[in-house]
Amino acid sequence: MHNLTIAELVKGLQSKEFSSVELTEHFLARIAEFNPGYNAVITITADQALKAAAAADARLAEGNAPALCGVPLLHKDIFCTEGVRTSCGSRMLDNFIPPYSATVVENFEKAGAVMLGKTNMDEFAMGSSNETSFYGPVKNPWAIDSVPGGSSGGSAAAVAARLAPAATATDTGGSIRQPAALCGITGLKPTYGRVSRWGMIAFASSLDQAGPMARTAEDCALLLGCMASVDDKDSTSIDHPVADYTASLNDSMQGLKIGVPKEYFSEGLNPGTEKAVRQALADLEAQGAQLIDISLPNSGLSVPAYYVIAPAEASANLSRFDGVRYGYRCEDPKDLQDLYTRTRAEGFGEEVQRRILIGTYCLSAGYYDAYYGKAQQVRQLIRKDFAEAFKQVDVILGPTCPSPAFKFGAKGDDPVAMYLEDIYTIATNLAGLPGMSVPCGMVEGKPVGLQIIGNYFDEALMLNVAHQYQQVTDWHRQAPEGIA
Amino acid sequence: MNIERSEIEKLATLARIAINDETISEVTARLSSVLELVDQLSAADTSAIENVANPLQATQRLREDEVAEINQREALQAIAPDTEAGLFLVPKVIE
Repeated sequence: MHNLTIAELVKGLQSKEFSSVELTEHFLARIAEFNPGYNAVITITADQALKAAAAADARLAEGNAPALCGVPLLHKDIFCTEGVRTSCGSRMLDNFIPPYSATVVENFEKAGAVMLGKTNMDEFAMGSSNETSFYGPVKNPWAIDSVPGGSSGGSAAAVAARLAPAATATDTGGSIRQPAALCGITGLKPTYGRVSRWGMIAFASSLDQAGPMARTAEDCALLLGCMASVDDKDSTSIDHPVADYTASLNDSMQGLKIGVPKEYFSEGLNPGTEKAVRQALADLEAQGAQLIDISLPNSGLSVPAYYVIAPAEASANLSRFDGVRYGYRCEDPKDLQDLYTRTRAEGFGEEVQRRILIGTYCLSAGYYDAYYGKAQQVRQLIRKDFAEAFKQVDVILGPTCPSPAFKFGAKGDDPVAMYLEDIYTIATNLAGLPGMSVPCGMVEGKPVGLQIIGNYFDEALMLNVAHQYQQVTDWHRQAPEGIA
Repeated sequence: MNIERSEIEKLATLARIAINDETISEVTARLSSVLELVDQLSAADTSAIENVANPLQATQRLREDEVAEINQREALQAIAPDTEAGLFLVPKVIE
């Protein structure tokens, strides 16, 4: 059952081939057996899941079941879940049990999905390797000495190891696409504002966006259809009709114009990764698409702009963690200052503290214009590059990240080396554009991701391209050794 | 650019994060390396560009100012570190 796609699971559930309780028990058993080796799931909600599955079976028997009725999935531990600990990978929230659920979680409940548990992640989603989690790193199912990517590394590893057919994730600078690439699965970051951020613990509010992870593009289309909504509780969610993302999956690639940015194939790109991505482009060309060389001249500025904007917004967002209303509080504070400063020094990990300090610096008196103001202007340059490109092409394709999964500790000493891991993904967050990653090859036994960037609200077209690519390739069907 | 140790101390105060003497030199070095990366921005010509806070240049949706939330004081205070009589407790501020 764990090798079936969500589309197949929905059919199996509706035709009573298996029940949601059987399916849920199967995945809970897999989590119990394999998760200790990966550390991908940090909270297992077995009792709640079995109750939800029994309820789903009852609705299936009545014959009026919603879209994902009875399908098990995992939520990234950044989404608030009422009554279930939501840690955001941090000691600060190790004891935090939210009194409400995120809109994304509620949307999946309405669709009948069954939550199996919560997935590990980089602390407050700050990281590209899952090494910053308070709960320890996640191991990549393809190579357990290597990182799964981050920050949604737990979700990606869990889907790759077939611990769940799907998982939710979030992406501020590449946190859906990069771990999807490194773990050989399919992940989609929607247009900024497509999915509600209510109840999703904020990192950088103008960049954060939630999206699905699964093994196939078709599954991501089904999941996005449930996740996406306009929400009165998130004023940045956009009132734009939610498409039936599955309706256009089978459209032909004939005449599709694919932009290939030269800046995404420059120095620093692993030759094996480049070869796999070029082959994927050739596969789509063989299906009738047209490859067009384009340029995104300000790409090189995206990482520096991001490392002003994201820390600046994070320093403001994370000021709410002060040891007063919820979360961690230090022992025996001698006064209020001591309460704040020790709670935050003990509750936050090293990388989170670093980003808060950088953000505080960029926003402090005398530096605001030179850093935050300038970065926001550069963001406009990046946005304009994409706007120019989308006058000529329908989608933009390239590598998701510069190389396959690296070993634990490989980028430990230098934060900048880790930041460059997101060199191809960050620009779309700055521009607010949707992007996805699709498995497109292997280098030394580790997966490679093909990135598909679409125009605003063009998720259906991106999913169409990904689905057509997955009709002629089988990278997305491959499983790590010992998993299938 | 290089950041001075005294500046790190000031930032730590602003950000309400305690930094101890053992880690401050490492923090200083790592922040300097990030700021060096960020300084690449100064080379960009942005003379013709306006500031923007929202990537889609979307405007905020407005709604009627109506009470939508129910009172959840007990649920919200149940997860607080220290409360009394419906209030959040902190160490004494005024002597």
